[in-house]
Amino acid sequence: MTEKNTALELIDIHKSYGSLEVLKGVSLSAGDGEVISILGSSGSGKSTLLRCINLLERPSRGQIRIAGEELNLVTGKDGDLRAANIRQLERMRSRIGFVFQNFNLWPHKSIIENIIEAPTQVLKQSRDQAISRAEELLDRVGLLNKRDAYPANLSGGQQQRVAIARALAMDPQVLLFDEPTSALDPELVNEVLAVMRSLAEEGRTMLIVTHEMRFAREVSSQVVFLHQGQIEESGTPEEVFDRPRSQRVRDFMASHA
Amino acid sequence: MDLLGFGDLLLSGTWVTVKLALTSLVFGLILGLLGATAKLSRFWPARALATLYTTLIRGIPELLLVLTIYFGGSMILMAIAEQFGYTDYIEISAFAAGVAALSIAFGAYSTEVFRGAIQAIPKGQWESAQALGMTPLKTFFRIILPQVWRLALPGLGNLFQVLLKDTALVSVVGLNDLMRQAYVATGSTNQPFTFYMAAALIYLGLTVLSTGMTAWLERRANPADRRAAA
Repeated sequence: MTEKNTALELIDIHKSYGSLEVLKGVSLSAGDGEVISILGSSGSGKSTLLRCINLLERPSRGQIRIAGEELNLVTGKDGDLRAANIRQLERMRSRIGFVFQNFNLWPHKSIIENIIEAPTQVLKQSRDQAISRAEELLDRVGLLNKRDAYPANLSGGQQQRVAIARALAMDPQVLLFDEPTSALDPELVNEVLAVMRSLAEEGRTMLIVTHEMRFAREVSSQVVFLHQGQIEESGTPEEVFDRPRSQRVRDFMASHA
Repeated sequence: MDLLGFGDLLLSGTWVTVKLALTSLVFGLILGLLGATAKLSRFWPARALATLYTTLIRGIPELLLVLTIYFGGSMILMAIAEQFGYTDYIEISAFAAGVAALSIAFGAYSTEVFRGAIQAIPKGQWESAQALGMTPLKTFFRIILPQVWRLALPGLGNLFQVLLKDTALVSVVGLNDLMRQAYVATGSTNQPFTFYMAAALIYLGLTVLSTGMTAWLERRANPADRRAAA
């Protein structure tokens, strides 16, 4: 029913916390291989939108489609939507990579164990198969030598690269990044952006909530500017960065230059 | 210290004490985990039941619990047996009653230790597992529980020391534990100081041993620190 090449489609996503309406109907569509950056000041609903996609946050209204498959949602007791079928949600989550601001690696597991956990437990890969794939990914993010270290022994930038490898190990169809460099010391930001840039270049479909303007401009195919839970402006990086139509976007760009 | 030939008796009592403490620990940990999970449940009857359990058990002396289970337990068992036409006297073993009472008590206190530890795990730990498609059950057992264990260990170690000493209460219903054997030896020799002192030293030895075990477990539960120290 949807075009084959739409990797992710969000239709009219609403989210309220009590009387506070955080998202007021956001629709968004990402084609295969597209990189969409979501910008906006804090409180604009960027992170909430991202977290609604895999139901870490339950939207109040709206539809979510991944690669043409619609996530079945029903209204829960509290009025927000919940998955109608928990198995379908888990299956769809396994196809959506999510990278958190605070990495959220598991401290009691070594780096390699962090990466193979979901492939072995969710995708039922054999341990050997998962390990060899994990080693490839660790090599790719430049951390193969940290294979047996624990998260606490790594810098923030290294932890985030491991978190990206952990998401990649599931071979996700879409990667979501929730302010992936915001918790990092400035000198560690670039190593994470470099990994993300290489993912964009190999044609991964990505949604990135970020404050790194230069990065967003360089890697994005589409930029979306959120303001008070609505899309204020969207378009190519050139359109949004160089010729913004809205005064609000102009002000934002001026203060983040 | 001259134990006048009662050394073996004290030793056998010590063994009973250790068995009682360890058995109660196992059941108590299970009860504590169930209690904590119930207290944090979204399902209100589970929360109510767990609150009733901890309030009730923490509110009455352990000695009373031992007596209630030992004597009350026989009565209940006999009443049930009577329904099936069995009218002889039934006595529960003092050991079983002790395990039941001490597990229930340990479970009530450890419910709070586990609850605190589970709540101390950052929400992001659940979220990162669920974002990868892991089921809530797998997330709990593979991601959360191992971390809970580490946070709960100091509190549990503390409770285990209390449990070790509370085993002495079971001697009142005739269990041949260390406390009772010391009492028996005292009765035969009329040398209370010798035997109570010996018993005190053995209890002290056991608690020191358990402190060491807890410290060892705490080090083991923290692989990152262990590596850093190595």
